Amino acid sequence: MANLYAARRRKNSITMVLSLAATAFGLGWLVLILGVLLYEGFSGLSLAVFTEMTPPPGSTGGLLNAIMGSLVLTGLAVLIGTPIGILAGTYMAEYGRHDRLTSVVRFINDILLSAPSIVIGLFIYEVMVYPMGHFSGWAGSVALAVIVIPVVVRTTEDMLTLVPDSLREAAASIGLPRSLMITRIAYRAAKAGMVTGVLLAVARISGETAPLLFTALNNQFWSSNMNAPVASLPVVIFQFALSPYKDWQSLAWTGALIITLAVLALSITARALTTSRKQS
Amino acid sequence: MQPAGRQDVVDMALQSGTMRVREATSRAKAVARFRLGDTAFRHLTRAAAIAVLLILSGVILSLVMGSLPAIRAFGFGFLVTERWNPVTENFGAMAPIYGTIVTSFIAMFIAVPIGLMIAMFLTELCPQWLRRPIGTAIELLAGIPSIIYGIWGLFVFAPFLQETLQPFLIAVFGEIPILSSLFAGPPYGIGTLTAGLILAIMVLPFITSISRDVFDAVPPVLKEAAYGLGCTTWEVVRYVVLPYTRVGVIGGIMLGLGRALGETMAVTFVIGNAHRISASVLAPGTTISATIANEFTEAVGDLYTSSLIELGLILFVITFIVLACARYMLSRINKRIG
Repeated sequence: MANLYAARRRKNSITMVLSLAATAFGLGWLVLILGVLLYEGFSGLSLAVFTEMTPPPGSTGGLLNAIMGSLVLTGLAVLIGTPIGILAGTYMAEYGRHDRLTSVVRFINDILLSAPSIVIGLFIYEVMVYPMGHFSGWAGSVALAVIVIPVVVRTTEDMLTLVPDSLREAAASIGLPRSLMITRIAYRAAKAGMVTGVLLAVARISGETAPLLFTALNNQFWSSNMNAPVASLPVVIFQFALSPYKDWQSLAWTGALIITLAVLALSITARALTTSRKQS
Repeated sequence: MQPAGRQDVVDMALQSGTMRVREATSRAKAVARFRLGDTAFRHLTRAAAIAVLLILSGVILSLVMGSLPAIRAFGFGFLVTERWNPVTENFGAMAPIYGTIVTSFIAMFIAVPIGLMIAMFLTELCPQWLRRPIGTAIELLAGIPSIIYGIWGLFVFAPFLQETLQPFLIAVFGEIPILSSLFAGPPYGIGTLTAGLILAIMVLPFITSISRDVFDAVPPVLKEAAYGLGCTTWEVVRYVVLPYTRVGVIGGIMLGLGRALGETMAVTFVIGNAHRISASVLAPGTTISATIANEFTEAVGDLYTSSLIELGLILFVITFIVLACARYMLSRINKRIG
């Protein structure tokens, strides 16, 4: 009897130690990856990174055109994707909360949410790059917008569903039309959550490489022409990291550091927004 | 002859009557305007919801259209041919499909037990004040862009494996009949195993966070009853929590699998891009997504491009099925808990 008990206790302790080890293992990777990234990235960080163009192999330079390209592509993608995402989420939470269209859209949206991003790149190549005959910044930002939409749809729907119905009823009782009730009352109540959704979407696309590879392509030079290939930070990192040149590789690390810091800052901000909303 | 005052009264009555009409018409106009705005807004949101559907059908349609030349040229043989020769324009998807499945399998083999262990730690063992920080840290792993994993894998992880784990595996399993072919060949550093390990790190947070959520949703009374009977923590997890949340856990695992199958950049950096099937996991290989990422912009000729698009179609179909199963299972567990 005592023997059985001891055996059970032993088994329990073993699994508990294993679970502790697993957690340490998981956290260990985070520390390792961030550690190496900080070390390698900071050693290459200088003012030139933000003021000079990407260099030809064998010489020094910066990442200015890539950073600007990334900002423009991301900004446009958010501009295109957010309105569509918010409107679709609004329909699902406000108008058709229980109808069939909503459940189909929800299912499809969840699939799009985790669909391989390289397939999105192929899709945009087929519908934009191939008919237009050349790679372009527009195609790149549309590809990113396709990734933004599902994220925004999901959070908008979730956040609007959380808005208490009594608010809607109060608005209706003073004669407010439904569209105004949604835009003036429901949106305001769900604002923090919806902003979080957009931030998460930005975090998601700012590191996306695969859909840009054959839409926006890359550009060695400064380009404000969205109708031509545009450089972006992730694609430049991809190209530079796989090259044999030391200068390029060190720039790739610096670029990686910039992206990671931006993404982590965005996701921590998003997290802070949602928690403050929960507590209040 | 009427008194002067009466005229005023009539005037007033008339005036107020016209006022009322004017008021009524302006109110009717306002109502009509609101109604128009309402309908317009309603249709706008509806159109946006339908746009989401159109995106998915657009993806499927464009991939099918794009891969038609390759489907016509190779037919079903595309799926079971290993050959990939851009010069003679002879293409087969066997090697990338094989690589995708093997790397995902390695990733799940490692990430599932560890992810579940971490979820168990977070829900049962971890002190309350540490749960949030550790959970957040694990989720930050999910937020790191895949290209970062790629560059880290190429410059740090692969050389490390080349010097430590891979010689060790070769030395240990070199003498054992079947396993020796699994770990045969020189330690390149990059290769199928490295890609699988990186994928494992990438899907770990997905499995952890979904398992933790469903573990947390187990009614406390069930766990308390088991503890009351004298169960150890492990027994509670094994015989109460896991059976109760099985569907949700499997859904989370499939979500992670969907991610592993489609992951592109991290794999492209470390897999080595060799279009052949080799029994050894130490040898370089390729996956569907890595092949597309590497070759698409350089592909010349319609058949080459079309074959790559067909690869994309295959990948999309596989992930679609996996993700659809995952979502179905997660919605089932949500219904039970909710």
